[in-house]
Amino acid sequence: MRPLVVGGEALLIELDSADEVAALHAELLRRRDAGELGPVRELVPAARTVLLDGVRDPAALGARIARWEVPQLAPTQGPQVTVPVRYDGPDLAEVARLWGVAPEEVPGIVGATDFRVAFCGFAPGFGYLTGLPERFHLPRRASPRTAVPAGSLALAGEYAGVYPRSSPGGWQLIGSTDAVLWDPRREPAALFAPGVRVRFTEGDGRG
Amino acid sequence: MAEGLLVVRPGALTTVQDPGRPGYAHLGVPRSGALDTAAYALANRLVGNAPDAAALETTLDGVGLRALAATTVAVTGAPCPVRISGRPVAWGAPVRLPAGAELEVGRAESGVRGYVAVRGGLAVPPVLGSRSTDLLSGLGPPVLAAGMALPVGPPGPDPAPGADACGLPGPPSELVLPLRLGPRADWFTEASLAGLWRSAFRVSALSNRIGLRTEAGSALVRARAGELPSEGMVLGAVQVPPDGLPVVFLADHPVTGGYPVVGVVPPGPALDAAAQARPGVPVRFSAAR
Repeated sequence: MRPLVVGGEALLIELDSADEVAALHAELLRRRDAGELGPVRELVPAARTVLLDGVRDPAALGARIARWEVPQLAPTQGPQVTVPVRYDGPDLAEVARLWGVAPEEVPGIVGATDFRVAFCGFAPGFGYLTGLPERFHLPRRASPRTAVPAGSLALAGEYAGVYPRSSPGGWQLIGSTDAVLWDPRREPAALFAPGVRVRFTEGDGRG
Repeated sequence: MAEGLLVVRPGALTTVQDPGRPGYAHLGVPRSGALDTAAYALANRLVGNAPDAAALETTLDGVGLRALAATTVAVTGAPCPVRISGRPVAWGAPVRLPAGAELEVGRAESGVRGYVAVRGGLAVPPVLGSRSTDLLSGLGPPVLAAGMALPVGPPGPDPAPGADACGLPGPPSELVLPLRLGPRADWFTEASLAGLWRSAFRVSALSNRIGLRTEAGSALVRARAGELPSEGMVLGAVQVPPDGLPVVFLADHPVTGGYPVVGVVPPGPALDAAAQARPGVPVRFSAAR
């Protein structure tokens, strides 16, 4: 665990794996809710880091966090959502080919995976979902699409994600869902908030 | 709607802004908010608004508005001519806008961004606690367009007369940005980091509410190869893309990014000045503690 000071009021904690990030993020949330963390405006997990913004003394806080015993995250810890998916994506056949399986096997592989929202970014409510075994990690498309339809289930690198709204994107599209990923009038606004566990079920896509 | 303003001339880019929506970065929501925070705060003070009242932020060529009911407005930020129904009125001071009158905020004489506060504040519906337009993710009210009606909230207490007799710093002829190195300064060679303090960059015309881009100057040189996994970004972060030319992140910046951040410019007067720097203005970085 490496604390890095970011300007006058922020701190980046660098870790070795997505699992360590998830565990530290859960611990930070727990301690913040228990009033043990002090004031912090933003708590932003990412691929290998957690950012704490709006803190009083970043160097001192970093030294303190580095001494914490952070418990590993149990696979069953955190809220869970189930998202129905139609496997109708334009890249389904290509993904099956890259995985060396038949296209009909893709829903089973995705459906058997325990995903967790590692972090959000790119657009409000876009979650980066980890959990796919390494042999199923995929390259991005050679040329990004100018418009990916909202609700597209997509894969790239070690991540899966669902586009909350239509936007350009270079991920491989395998399916689609009618689930509402992002609604600012809802609490929480993002269906896929960091720490949420996600299962994809094969269905008509209606959530 | 009897109260409110009608957009007659939207200007090049006019948005509704307030202090923004911090606290949602973990859901992928940028902070957003007024870029020149001091000019925005002054405009609200001049009309007796709460410090977080929503106001308009204009870009270079101002805005034209018609009052649907009598109110008081103030224009701050980039200095510019201000007219009410054709008659010149004061810039940087509260002025009475009669019902049916047209407020014309003219082209900026210097600087980039103007602020138009109306007594009572703009009462567009908040999204996640803020009325700011977020250009990166499309949250908040749309960019102003001709014919759009802007609701106005109930007025607060009268402003204290003379409270803002003191002036604001003018838009910069040279931008000097204090920079605190880290968290990824070690991604760049010692020599190019040393050169950063001497390098004369210029504000690029590609700058926007997301970031102040630089051009010219000597590019920072990577000391290591490879990609940085995406990580959280703060307001004022100076990100360095592969071309080596620093980008200073402003209010609409993405919440995470994959290029190394060489340092951070503290929010406040330096970033306010960055919001007013026109393309071509020289930019230097100075070491901050």
